[in-house]
Amino acid sequence: MTEQRVISRATGVEDNEYKWGFDFDIESDKAPKGLSEDIVRLISQKKGEPEWMLEWRLKAYKYWLTLDNEEPKWANIDYPPIDFQDMYYYAAPKSSAEAPQSMDDVDPEIREAFNKLGIPLIEQQRLSGVAVDAVLDSASVATTYRKMLEEVGVIFCSVSEAVKTHPDLVKKYLGSVVPYTDNFFAALNAGVFSDGSFVYVPPGVRCPIELMTYFRINELNTGQFERTLIIADKGSYVSYLEGCTAPMRKTHQLHAAVVELIALDDAEIKYSTLQNWFPGDKEGNGGVYNFVTKRGAARGKNSKISWTQVETGSAITWKYPSVILQGDNSVGEFYSVALVNNYQQADTGTKMIHIGKNTKSTIIAKGISAGKAQNTYRGQVKIMPSATNARNFTQCDSLLIGDKCGAHTVPYIEVRNPTAQMAHEATTSKVDDSQLFYLQQRGIGLEDANYMIINGFCRGIFKELPFEFAAEASQLLRVNLEGTVG
Amino acid sequence: MTQEIKNSPVLEVIDLHVSIEDKEILKGVNLTVNIGEVHAIMGPNGSGKSTLANVLAGRPEYTVTGGQVLYKGMDLLSMLPELRAREGIFLAFQYPVELPGVRTWQFLKASVDAIRQHRGEKVLSVREFDKLLDEKREIVEMDTDLVKRSVNEGFSGGEKKRNEIMQMALLDPTLALLDETDSGLDIDALRIVSEGVNKVRSDKNAFVLVTHYQRILNYITPDYVHVLVDGSIVRSGGRELALELEDKGYEWLRDQVAV
Amino acid sequence: MTQTLTKYQQYETDYKSFDDSIGSGQPEWLRSMRLSAWSRFQELGFPTARRGNEPWKYTNVGPIADASLALATKPAQVTLDQIKATAPWDDSWLNMVFVDGHYVSEYSGSASGNVTVTSLAQAIANGDELVEQHLGQAPQFEEADGFVSLNTAFVRDGAVLHIKQGVTADKPVHLLFVSSGADEATVSHPRVLLVCEANSKATLIESFVGLDENVYFTNAITEISMASGAELQHYRLMQESEKSFHVGSARVQQESDSVYRSKVFERKVGLGRFDLYTNMDGEGSSCDLKGLYYTSGSQHVDNYININHQKPHSTSRLYYKGILDGKSRAVFGGTVYVQPGAIKTDSRQEDKNLVLSPDAEVDSKPALFIYADDVVCGHGATAGNIDQDTVFYMRSRGLDLEAASRQLIYGFADEIIEAVEDDGLRQYLEKLFLESLPSYKFEF
Repeated sequence: MTEQRVISRATGVEDNEYKWGFDFDIESDKAPKGLSEDIVRLISQKKGEPEWMLEWRLKAYKYWLTLDNEEPKWANIDYPPIDFQDMYYYAAPKSSAEAPQSMDDVDPEIREAFNKLGIPLIEQQRLSGVAVDAVLDSASVATTYRKMLEEVGVIFCSVSEAVKTHPDLVKKYLGSVVPYTDNFFAALNAGVFSDGSFVYVPPGVRCPIELMTYFRINELNTGQFERTLIIADKGSYVSYLEGCTAPMRKTHQLHAAVVELIALDDAEIKYSTLQNWFPGDKEGNGGVYNFVTKRGAARGKNSKISWTQVETGSAITWKYPSVILQGDNSVGEFYSVALVNNYQQADTGTKMIHIGKNTKSTIIAKGISAGKAQNTYRGQVKIMPSATNARNFTQCDSLLIGDKCGAHTVPYIEVRNPTAQMAHEATTSKVDDSQLFYLQQRGIGLEDANYMIINGFCRGIFKELPFEFAAEASQLLRVNLEGTVG
Repeated sequence: MTQEIKNSPVLEVIDLHVSIEDKEILKGVNLTVNIGEVHAIMGPNGSGKSTLANVLAGRPEYTVTGGQVLYKGMDLLSMLPELRAREGIFLAFQYPVELPGVRTWQFLKASVDAIRQHRGEKVLSVREFDKLLDEKREIVEMDTDLVKRSVNEGFSGGEKKRNEIMQMALLDPTLALLDETDSGLDIDALRIVSEGVNKVRSDKNAFVLVTHYQRILNYITPDYVHVLVDGSIVRSGGRELALELEDKGYEWLRDQVAV
Repeated sequence: MTQTLTKYQQYETDYKSFDDSIGSGQPEWLRSMRLSAWSRFQELGFPTARRGNEPWKYTNVGPIADASLALATKPAQVTLDQIKATAPWDDSWLNMVFVDGHYVSEYSGSASGNVTVTSLAQAIANGDELVEQHLGQAPQFEEADGFVSLNTAFVRDGAVLHIKQGVTADKPVHLLFVSSGADEATVSHPRVLLVCEANSKATLIESFVGLDENVYFTNAITEISMASGAELQHYRLMQESEKSFHVGSARVQQESDSVYRSKVFERKVGLGRFDLYTNMDGEGSSCDLKGLYYTSGSQHVDNYININHQKPHSTSRLYYKGILDGKSRAVFGGTVYVQPGAIKTDSRQEDKNLVLSPDAEVDSKPALFIYADDVVCGHGATAGNIDQDTVFYMRSRGLDLEAASRQLIYGFADEIIEAVEDDGLRQYLEKLFLESLPSYKFEF
């Protein structure tokens, strides 16, 4: 039993102010405000993309236009209309106009900025065994560990780079899980996506290290539209982690990302997220609108896709990391902690679509609501007629802290096969008084007692995270809970 | 930390009235416990004996409607539950609470840290704490892996009670309140629990044992026995009172009270 | 708008002639209520939208909107024996019979004892104040859908029940709505008002029964007002024709310490939907909602339940079970709201489904919306077939496959049926459900 090592990002904190809110003074290269076909062309041109990529973007953009600014309305979230013409669709640090070839080429200011975030780009200062791709605003600024990965054949680079260096893979898989017609934000993203990570793990390779992308929105009034594509070829394994922060801004920032995962036969992808975008201030001003489409296709037989998310940030979160269980015996998992405080709103959950035989899915979702925040779990389990012997187990638990917040659970269970077995369970309550008293009777103060119980409530999810991040998640929880009790 | 002197009062309960949801449970209880003493509180079901133990530990559901409690000369009733614990009051729960996801080790370390800090002692290192925990664990013959599991989750009734006594040994209280710790225990578990109590018992601490049956008093010899019926202490005496109760039952005393 | 008019031409025609013939005899307040309901219906139409239509997500009412259904202007000729052959009947109940939405006095028992029962048409004609006080007053009428507006627009007959303060009704009241399934496809809009005064106790049975396998549409509303301390046991049976449409709702207003218990049984219908709203607007109120649906053939049954906890210390229990066979589809939507301040709410809902056919589909959506912290709420939903290990255990004791699975399916359904307290009704339901249950098919 040893003390867990805690990464420094969340330490030295005295109150519940957002701790990642400093902004960097980095000169950036920005496209003019607003969205038009010209902007789409400009983004494509800036990235030096081939014609086929531009065409795909334009198709998506034209489809998006047909949606006539009709954002999805069914989620349990409330926000004023977004003016899609009043934001920047492209901003990149100027110094990365010529992509860095090695760590030495990375602008020292950017390196300093990421050091401040606790995201080490210099390999000597790295998190042990984690390769990091950092995306500042829309551009990927550096990828560490490249050499080691190249030796085993793992491709880990920015999507814009992959478009040039691995066009066949990108052409084959981009949009194959989340087509641009999928939803409003997915269409928008396909038109204007700027960067994101690309991972390809060749057959039979077990990726030797954790891969990580660190996202940050820095520029004012900038939308961030990253696009991530991960392909695990037959019999391979990869664990990928993303972390997100944004500076404190009085105005809202839009983040509309798309993540596509593809697992072929016997492959496994483990995708973990620590989402700590700026949630807005205590009065609900500012904060990130996090409208994200994440979906994995467990395409091959015996494939497995596992999503783990710890969502503590964003003014609004709208995301449903999903798995389409196509391959026979494929497995989908969703483990989630969503904490909302002050005026945050989250409508998050998953979809598990069972198509293959003997497919199995597990959903464990823990929601915590405090302040005046609203938290909704929304999840769909669909068992198609072809999914003989499909199994699903779902457990959703919600905790309420204070009487001004809300906790909501909205499952959709659709079963079309008589050999399926599915079970959904949900509970909602506040922290149990008898548990609190028990801890207090052992000398533990009320705030610590609350934290211990809530941390215990989330422990099953945290332990799905890679070790360093489990400790960080626990720390994030603590920081975001401060001042909510007592 | 104040030095307790044998025979000085550690607890003085004066005319204590307690209600829960407007129902009066304790109707004027008086009790004085000195350092070095073991008091047994006996009584039929619903007499208020568990209420007494829980009120002393500060359980929030109860409302004190009258009276006073002095603990080491301090006004106990104005203290938060965690402050009472840090000042040396330990309650062994009749129904120990399960804490899903909270590992026993983390919980106990936090508890010992909080109490030691309050006493102005240095926080134990992980190594020191593990050594201490091992010692105490052995007192109640508890498995190593139980401390790795979530607090009380999936523990059998006997394991939960042994866990309570282990915690008591670990926290080294000045005043230990044992709320029906003997109930639901088989004879082996009862022996283990009682031996644990006897090992902790010293001339620097005091015990209040709440129990329905005199069985546990065969293992832990009390200095005083009090009988609580319908919210007040109707009879106090020595060890022999417990045996008399076993013989005659509680009805005998109830009838006497009625008269 | 023009499109709506074309689509609902038959309703338009019927509304005009209905208003001319019946409406003039009705009091002014009722005419204006009907008129505004009619214009509301013209605005809303039926909830046919397939996108963003959460309350009707899994049920397409397009077939109802497309069907040509004439207003049933008079009851068809049916005999009491015909009715008794299909419907539950017990002479110890106070039976009120409606054929095609019209009260038939000669088949109905006369109100005796301590319960006041009148047909709605009679109550309106009598100028009964109770009608004006309670009609259209049940909760959630503002945001109600086109079906509700349509019922109100065509309000004419049904029943008015009044249980006076402190009274324990001496017999169950049975409202039996018979659809003759006469040659022409018709629609009826029965409306029931039940007023339970403080500390009263009553049992209400509502049966909706089809006599012939024809197309017709029952569009029913039951409004229930429960004063403090009132207790009601409410049974509701759907045993319509396999080609019928049935859209019904019960809307219950609950004051403090009232106890509402409902048991819903749905065995036969073409496209059926039952909305149940309980508005728990008083401290200490409780409700216990049970349901059993067994769908076969190409039936479609949708149960849509809303429980609204508004005040502290209220308790709700919901327990629905479904058995699906053939190409049928069952939908369960159960939503519990706990409003700000409704502390100490204790709520549990459960929906269990046995899916016995590869062509059947179940869609279950239990939801919780909670805005108060000191609560204990939970829900569960399951779908699957009978447990193979249990079947194996029974076979190892000598039962054959069919007998074993039959017993398990029987037991699954019987859990709800055995909760029926009225002997006559329970025996009827046992016969109706249990004797027709399928045994599990292992090969697909």
